[in-house]
Amino acid sequence: MPSDSALRIVWIYPDLLSTYGDQGNVLVLERRAQLRGVETETIHVRSADPVPETGDLYLIGGGEDRPQILAAERLRRDGGLHRAVAGGAVLLAVCAGYQIMGSTFGGEEGQPVDGIGLLDISSSRGAARAVGELVAEVDAALNLPTLTGFENHMGVTRLGPGVKALSRTIVGTGNGNGFEGCYAGHVVGTYLHGPALARNPALADLLLSWCVGDLAPLDDSRYEALRQERLASVLPG
Amino acid sequence: MTQLPLRAQLASALGRSAATLSRMTGRGDGSVIGGRVGLMLEPDLLRKLALDRKLALISATNGKTTTTRLVTSALLELGEVATNAFGANMPAGHVSALSQYKGAPYGVLEVDEKYLPEVLDTTGAGVVCLMNLSRDQMDRAAEIWLLAQKWRRALSGKPTHVIANCDDPLVTWGASTAAKVTWVAGGQRWKEDSWCCPECGGPLDRKDADWACRECTFHRPEPQWAVDDDVALDPDGERWLLDIQLPGQANRSNAVMALAVAAAFGVPVERALPRLREVTSVAGRYTTVERDGRYARLLLSKNPAGWLEAFDVADPQLPIILSVNAQGPDGRDTSWLWDVDYRILRGRPVFVTGERRLDLALRLDVAEVPFTLCDTFTEALAMQPPGRVDVIANYTAFQQIRSEFGRAV
Repeated sequence: MPSDSALRIVWIYPDLLSTYGDQGNVLVLERRAQLRGVETETIHVRSADPVPETGDLYLIGGGEDRPQILAAERLRRDGGLHRAVAGGAVLLAVCAGYQIMGSTFGGEEGQPVDGIGLLDISSSRGAARAVGELVAEVDAALNLPTLTGFENHMGVTRLGPGVKALSRTIVGTGNGNGFEGCYAGHVVGTYLHGPALARNPALADLLLSWCVGDLAPLDDSRYEALRQERLASVLPG
Repeated sequence: MTQLPLRAQLASALGRSAATLSRMTGRGDGSVIGGRVGLMLEPDLLRKLALDRKLALISATNGKTTTTRLVTSALLELGEVATNAFGANMPAGHVSALSQYKGAPYGVLEVDEKYLPEVLDTTGAGVVCLMNLSRDQMDRAAEIWLLAQKWRRALSGKPTHVIANCDDPLVTWGASTAAKVTWVAGGQRWKEDSWCCPECGGPLDRKDADWACRECTFHRPEPQWAVDDDVALDPDGERWLLDIQLPGQANRSNAVMALAVAAAFGVPVERALPRLREVTSVAGRYTTVERDGRYARLLLSKNPAGWLEAFDVADPQLPIILSVNAQGPDGRDTSWLWDVDYRILRGRPVFVTGERRLDLALRLDVAEVPFTLCDTFTEALAMQPPGRVDVIANYTAFQQIRSEFGRAV
């Protein structure tokens, strides 16, 4: 039995939004916490079930258009995630899950669909699908190394004054205006889909540190080897 | 067979010549280029080549090539069968296959999931076999719910007889607009893409093999055929020991699907089953290749569901080599590695290679599976003690290994 002090990771709706290896973010967070001696308890919340309010770190992933619309409806009706975030919980929202956090997003025919309003953003359907490697320099305030990952979406996301851009894109599309992702308080949204944290362990640690404070460094050579290979595959010289 | 119009004959013949040239020059097995040349000269060639033949189309995310081979073997009981045996599963491949077997009254065509509506419309095939749908190469493949919806539209209003796996909710939904469906309880190992009702989005309740939507009336149809471990149950309730040579539960499921398709063509189980037992490998899959006393069995896995099936086949007593690429045909995105549960490999000697070995290395590291990283497959094989080893590779990684051994079949 996990103790009361275990870090509670809540994975929201893997039955709807976990199409692109999103489980990777859960596994990386669990592993990096465990290596620091931080016990974890992970709750997979199916879309038919209520979202618990007592989690420390919430994750929501990417998926197809129709499940995205269903997820938005259910999260709005449920209200658990809103209460958790209002209570200071950390949230990483990826791709379709990122778009849901805004005021609106584009449905399967491009029609505007209501989001759940946890981030001051609005999204719509772009002209072409953005598929491929993405590289971006993170907002200096977060003090993180270059973001690397893979994007696969048709969304264009406009940021309102209530959020800051997570990063400035060097390769790839991201939000569609030279920036990728956004953050506000302890809520982070990104188009880096699937296992974004496997390519960006420093971002994983930032989310963990928001929950448990300072973290001891780890041997990140496997992560670093992959990062260097991927960055070298798309960056000139 | 009616005579093809002159233009179609010419297109078909030139396509065959291009295919021969491709093989002779070592560029490939010729099944795509030949069809492309033919279609360029006569865009209506596939329809013309399909006329007057009895065709079965085989589609799924996994097991297409193998099931196509099994059905082909069974239908040989009836006469000559045209087939795209090497997995060239788009219209050019179909043209090539039907051109090659000009006089064959039967055809068994493996069809890419996306192309099924188009190929069904063009060929007017009488039988369609649908096995499973799951996430696959998401950077380029269609989203699977959308795919199933297109199947529904394509099958609606046609006289096609569909043989479908009712253990896969999405396949069931995709097949259920057809005028006639034979349901096969073919099993479903990978369930991560079917927790929600394809009809209404509500939660699917599952109890053993049965499933039903909690919110609408969509539920698992009653199967006429079933697979129970190594036994096939036919619509009369008779039990047949499969005893096929292809390994693993996924292939037993493929075999029962093949028996149901054969029955739709009038081939009874007692004639079809011995034919299925003759199949030992399919386009290199399950083949064992040898080098310096190392016997490597080659397993192909292209997506998370496929890896689960390969783990079912792999021998836990043996070392295992894993090879992953991310070229176009594999999907350039390796995110799917995180959907595969590799913990089953703990305790085996694991060797990691392929162009994207660093992605797989990190994945195994996080799963706490110890492994040895190898720059090449040759190096990984040389590190094995003499004896048997299993190899799981995704598409282009598999083809590279196959090429090293002279395109082993």
